[in-house]
Amino acid sequence: MCTYSTERVEVAGSGKGPDGWFPLSLACVYLDHPQHTRAEHTLNIDFLNPGQGPSARVAVELSEEPARALAGAIHAALGAVPEGLS
Amino acid sequence: MPEGTIGGDVATETVRIRGHQGDEIPAYLARPPGPGPFAGVIVLHHMPGYDEATKEITRTFAANGYTAIMPNLHWRDAPGASPDDAAAATRAAGGVPDERLVGDVDGTARYLRSLGSANGKVGVIGYCSGGRQAFLAACSLPLDAAVDCYGVFVLDPPPDGMPLKMRPLVGLAGDLSCPLLGLFGAEDTHPSPAETARLEQELTRLGKTFEFHTYPGAGHGFFAVDRPSHRPEAAADGWRRIWDWFGRHLAA
Repeated sequence: MCTYSTERVEVAGSGKGPDGWFPLSLACVYLDHPQHTRAEHTLNIDFLNPGQGPSARVAVELSEEPARALAGAIHAALGAVPEGLS
Repeated sequence: MPEGTIGGDVATETVRIRGHQGDEIPAYLARPPGPGPFAGVIVLHHMPGYDEATKEITRTFAANGYTAIMPNLHWRDAPGASPDDAAAATRAAGGVPDERLVGDVDGTARYLRSLGSANGKVGVIGYCSGGRQAFLAACSLPLDAAVDCYGVFVLDPPPDGMPLKMRPLVGLAGDLSCPLLGLFGAEDTHPSPAETARLEQELTRLGKTFEFHTYPGAGHGFFAVDRPSHRPEAAADGWRRIWDWFGRHLAA
């Protein structure tokens, strides 16, 4: 189904789109129908900068298990940072 | 000359219509050949947007003798953007508000009725989120026929935590203005067969004209030829029922 359900996260950092790097301000995370992946649902992340227009967007569509592995990897990478580095 | 092409027996172009609050939005128009008169069909796209797959559906209606039109429901959130970027922008903004949807369908219906080839009848069909919106439009506007293809949240409310304040629509069912065809998958969970059965009971109680069909072995999105959810047998029978439904209720 079209889930509508969206997790919104304010972010700081940069993303690289078709026109090069741009600053990011928002990430939307949702499980819904993909645009490109041949699957019924995927875990989708849009990294956005709404202030620069709708095309200021880096998009990914991941199947569920790799998405969970990615979430774990992010936690693992952050957890492995030596104290004081971040 | 309008933007567009003529291929086979269908002519297509992108037109501008006046939608909610008089806003101008683009719409994909597909017309059968000849002077008419033709009934009109409004095609409501799903959350992934004003996409090629739904344009193909719009052309299919024209190839079968209907003036078909798909308004771009995401345009205001991302004017000029690609359909996938626009869909993301609409999602980030919380989705298509119900009031705006009704205004856009109203404007689209007015556009169809204004065409010289029109027979005066207008139907609406939607898929997935568009199925819910087809039901909403049919309960809010004077239309002549509606088709809800696996629309979600018609009866049951969405789970807690959804950013858009979507309401169940069953309270509007008494205002359903036209015959309603519902096409669902037995394997679907949103809407589930139990939910559509309860909607069926409510429409029966209200004395509404409707038909619901639930296909075994099919889940959500069985019409979508570009997705693994496609179920050819269910889709073929669904199309047959759509032609029958619109043929009966949209004839002049």
